[in-house]
Amino acid sequence: MLLNADEVRKIAHLARLEILDAEVPGYAANLSRILDLVAELNSVDTAGIEPMAHPLDAAQRLRTDEITESDQRDDFQQIAPEVAEGLYLVPKVIE
Amino acid sequence: MHDKTLTELAAGLHAGEFSSVELTRHFLDRIRRYNPDLNSFITVTEERALAAAKQADERLARGEAGPLEGLPVAHKDIFCTQGVKTTCGSRMLDNFIAPYESTVTARMAAAGMITLGKTNMDEFAMGSSNETSYYGPVKNPWDTTRVPGGSSGGSAAAMAARLAPAATGTDTGGSIRQPAALCNVTGLKPTYGRVSRYGMIAFASSLDQAGPMAATAEDCALLLNVMAGFDERDSTSVDRPVPDYTAALNKDIKGLKIGLPKPFFDSGLDSKVAKIIGAVIEEYTGAGAEFIEIDLPHMHLSVPVYYVVAPAECSSNLSRFDGVRYGYRAGNPKDLEDLFKRSRGEGFGAEVQRRIMIGTYALSAGYYDAYYKKAQQVRRLIADDFKRAFEQVDVIMGPTSPSTAFKIGEKADDPVAMYLSDIYTIAVNLAGLPGISIPAGMADGLPVGVQIIGNYFDEARLLNVAHQYQQRTDWHRQMPESFK
Repeated sequence: MLLNADEVRKIAHLARLEILDAEVPGYAANLSRILDLVAELNSVDTAGIEPMAHPLDAAQRLRTDEITESDQRDDFQQIAPEVAEGLYLVPKVIE
Repeated sequence: MHDKTLTELAAGLHAGEFSSVELTRHFLDRIRRYNPDLNSFITVTEERALAAAKQADERLARGEAGPLEGLPVAHKDIFCTQGVKTTCGSRMLDNFIAPYESTVTARMAAAGMITLGKTNMDEFAMGSSNETSYYGPVKNPWDTTRVPGGSSGGSAAAMAARLAPAATGTDTGGSIRQPAALCNVTGLKPTYGRVSRYGMIAFASSLDQAGPMAATAEDCALLLNVMAGFDERDSTSVDRPVPDYTAALNKDIKGLKIGLPKPFFDSGLDSKVAKIIGAVIEEYTGAGAEFIEIDLPHMHLSVPVYYVVAPAECSSNLSRFDGVRYGYRAGNPKDLEDLFKRSRGEGFGAEVQRRIMIGTYALSAGYYDAYYKKAQQVRRLIADDFKRAFEQVDVIMGPTSPSTAFKIGEKADDPVAMYLSDIYTIAVNLAGLPGISIPAGMADGLPVGVQIIGNYFDEARLLNVAHQYQQRTDWHRQMPESFK
């Protein structure tokens, strides 16, 4: 198996996902199977091949730096779990 | 009315045979009657639909109506619809009322189309069977013990049972074409960048593309006319004129060169599906098309490439779901990290978590070159294979899916077996090409689709080639017995 339980816990932490201890072996097995499938990529020599990030090889389009959007803060905060006075609330981060 | 195509319904509306309100009510009634068996809709927007239909009737009466005025459509629940719940099939967005409208749904509404509701889908479009939805699996109308395919399975099932005369889907690795094939629907994935992704909840941004699902290629052409076009709010939208996709439908296909890729007909292909594709080839040969065997030497690497590129992009895109600004938030967080982790752990289902973890791993320090860069290099080799093929042929043809619809639960515990059901569709997304799946026949009472792949921005030709088949056959007219 490519990934052990500790590695799965580390990846879950990097991804900020809480997974239960009981789920770790299942994820280790499934993720290892997926990585096995992916390992087939090593069968091909890619030296000198330019990586393809965009299917049409297009570059990022730029626009002039002008204000085009109106203020929609109230609309957007209406769907937030917890707000007060226009601010998003989270648990205390500084004691 | 539901056995008519969108094009026929448009003619009926314009001739005054029925009103948009009558038409809309007819489909809403069918949804009420049949959706409990299929679970193809997450939200039905009855009041809004009837109000919009009334307005459409007024425009029709005043002679101000365009070709799609007053025609109902079902939208995949991945498109943000202002003021309407938009879930993406996830617990994470179960409480999400979109504060803005996607470009696709806005364009269709501006053309006078009536939104019936939002269709079920695999969670965040990650799946090939519609079993990963938080709202439960969708059933295939041809056999309700089987999957409709995914991830646009709700749209495909709703189309197949004619709970809507048109639907939208999105396709990242086959999510329009595979369910279209499994449900006997016509589904088109346009060229990457042809249709705006604005307001379409992102999965893998270099692959995602929206497209139409309908009864016929002619109907898809009408829909694409409205969906396609430049949008400055999508940074990858392509600024290029949109042709009238209905204009070339009747073009003769005599002398058309069709490529048959060897890897599409390997041992993984079900023999009954292979036989049906053989019959399709005969039909096209009869119409004057010429078949040329082609090789796509890196095609077998498309699933491995996809399962690096798509999870990597998904892990980045889905990092926005943090329990702070919108969506699900875990109760009583003890600190900020606990808030992030439990909101995401409880809000996302298992398949989404798997893909986020694979992507996180592939992008993590020390692994980037071995996975992500390597996959992007092989992605170029796959795209170059297609470029070479299109120097010889006009379109490429093969099966859409290696088998007919499988049983619900059959592949649910084996992600890799599930991934391989998209083996013929994924390469098209990696290259960014357009592809269409059309009804091609029945194997033991289950639909089989044939896929036609075109060169970049050659949607008009794909629709022409598909339409010519549908002029000669009636597979696209077949409906499942229990939903007639």
